[in-house]
Amino acid sequence: MLTYTLRRLASAVPTVLVIITLTFFMIRLAPGGPFDLERPLDPLIMANLEKAYNLDAPLWSQYLTYLGNLLQGDLGPSFTRRDFSVNELFAVGMPVSILLGGLALVTAVVLGTLLGAWAALRQNTGVDYAVVGLATFGITTPTFVVAPLLSLTFGVVLGILPAGGWSNANPAYWVLPIVTLALPQVAVIARLVRGATIEALRSNHVRTARAYGLPTRIVVGVHALRAAMLPAVSYLGPTAAGLLTGSVVVETIFGIPGIGRYFVQGALGRDYTLVMGTVVVIALFIIVFNLLVDLAYAWLDPRVRFD
Amino acid sequence: MAVQPDLIEDIPAVAGRSLWQDAWARLRRNRAAVASMIVLAALCLVGIFGPMVWPHPYDQVYPKFVRVPASLEAYPGTDSILPGFEGLLQRARLEHGEPVLEGGEVSVAVAADEPIDPRILRYFERSDLFSNPRLELADDGLSGTLAVDVERLYFYFGTDAIGRDLAARIMIGVRISLAIGILASIMALVLGVTYGAVSGYLGGRVDNVMMRVVDILYSLPFIFFVILMVVFFGRSLIIIFIAIGATEWLDMARIVRGQTLSLKRQEFVQAAEALGATKTGILVRHIVPNTLGPVVVFVTLLVPKAILLESLLSFLGLGVQDPLTSLGLLISEGAANMRGALWLLIWPALTLTLILFALNFLGDGLRDSLDPKDR
Repeated sequence: MLTYTLRRLASAVPTVLVIITLTFFMIRLAPGGPFDLERPLDPLIMANLEKAYNLDAPLWSQYLTYLGNLLQGDLGPSFTRRDFSVNELFAVGMPVSILLGGLALVTAVVLGTLLGAWAALRQNTGVDYAVVGLATFGITTPTFVVAPLLSLTFGVVLGILPAGGWSNANPAYWVLPIVTLALPQVAVIARLVRGATIEALRSNHVRTARAYGLPTRIVVGVHALRAAMLPAVSYLGPTAAGLLTGSVVVETIFGIPGIGRYFVQGALGRDYTLVMGTVVVIALFIIVFNLLVDLAYAWLDPRVRFD
Repeated sequence: MAVQPDLIEDIPAVAGRSLWQDAWARLRRNRAAVASMIVLAALCLVGIFGPMVWPHPYDQVYPKFVRVPASLEAYPGTDSILPGFEGLLQRARLEHGEPVLEGGEVSVAVAADEPIDPRILRYFERSDLFSNPRLELADDGLSGTLAVDVERLYFYFGTDAIGRDLAARIMIGVRISLAIGILASIMALVLGVTYGAVSGYLGGRVDNVMMRVVDILYSLPFIFFVILMVVFFGRSLIIIFIAIGATEWLDMARIVRGQTLSLKRQEFVQAAEALGATKTGILVRHIVPNTLGPVVVFVTLLVPKAILLESLLSFLGLGVQDPLTSLGLLISEGAANMRGALWLLIWPALTLTLILFALNFLGDGLRDSLDPKDR
């Protein structure tokens, strides 16, 4: 398994390199620059700025410099948030995004699995229809509709939770963003688990387990659910990466200082290093979580072998 | 025992049913899917013809009616017309009876001690509530009836923060959202089917390289692509649908490739090859038509996805620009104005949710009817 993991990580290196290269040249080719203002800067000042940020060097040499710095873990200075390096920005924003995303992920997995399994065990009853209805609602209602409505209902009308803002110490600020982030994922996971559980309950190994006379909770909890988790697990890879790297919508609406906003803001403000940093971080998360998913897959499904 | 030939001929020939007829029959039995089709057809009609027949243009500003709530009553309301009218009568120094509001006309019996000067009508002309004042005097000039027209407008969904009719804007939003959803899906369909079929049919090293490209594109964040395209080519509808289409064809390519891999080993393809058909001919005539079942299902689920993406872009301020609008933009404006003007958020959000619900139910229904394996 160790060799498998290492080989997977090694094979991810060219992918990351291609992504970095593509992003680098695409954002550089885009018209406009980080220091363009309404009123153009004095050419002399502009030249000095470009020199300070090494923007006057040829593009390929900037690219090589960036790659070299990246290898040392240096994401460079931010162009629009002067005085901050991208590393510093991420050091502040990352824990917030990971905390929120992680809690939302745990909520989604636990709640989604429970609801899905419950609906499957009571197939074609009221419970089942309620869960399927809730799942459809969660999948179709966009985050940017749910977030303002939640903020209005619980923050303004009922006044029991903060309508927005952030505090690392006070979990009351975490509730609404977590609910917003988790809702669509709960819905998808519940749907996947429900479908897979229904199939698993009819499969041979579950019938065998029943024939042995095992109690229902063991049959369902150990034998059926294990197989039923597979589709949800493969869905979770990219989803977990997306949740942990922050959501633009949720962070904008609730005013949360995470890293989800940086990508859009950076691209609009031509903050080259910030955009590159976000892309690198997201790509790394996706690769790591896809790997984790494959490992979890093999652990859950004994038929899967590493080769 | 031999069967009598004439006995066989007595049995009427059974009409064959194609896959599509079968699927259609199954789909018609699915009530949620049928209801969704009706809702979607209605929304399409609203999106296409609604803005043409609606009394308010989507970009007309009514400065007098900024942020008026949704209501079935006409604006200005009765409670502001009559006091305004009476105020003007007082300024004209007229004795008057009870004003009567009928349709778009207010009339009142007036009287005065001296003959009434028709120039008092100017008071009413200058008012921004009333227009076209008419005075009918009795012969002595001391009494008569005064009638004015009042323009009454209906804002069933209210007006937005600068006084535009929300219903008209929602109709335009439905039009834009549906158009982008459909166009982007067609784009993804064409790209994905071509790419996937070619990759799967050619196989080997070509397939490897082509799928590797898809893998790499997969790990690029979607918004990045769109922002760059918007930055390069300016914000326009065409760019948005191309950008969404260009990011959504990846799944399609994978599905079609998988189908093609199994199809190209089948006898009818080998027969076509043996008969000397060209590769293009085999792809177009034999492979692609046979992948259509799963592709149709996927497209139905792609349309809501594209609509959602467009709304997300508009919400972030990267989509269509004022005065044109889309449901996502309306929702974002509604979210900004929700304290005090909740209808601005509720109506667009309900419309978008309705579209997405209907498309999802239709997609599920299509999957169930085209993929009989599950039943």
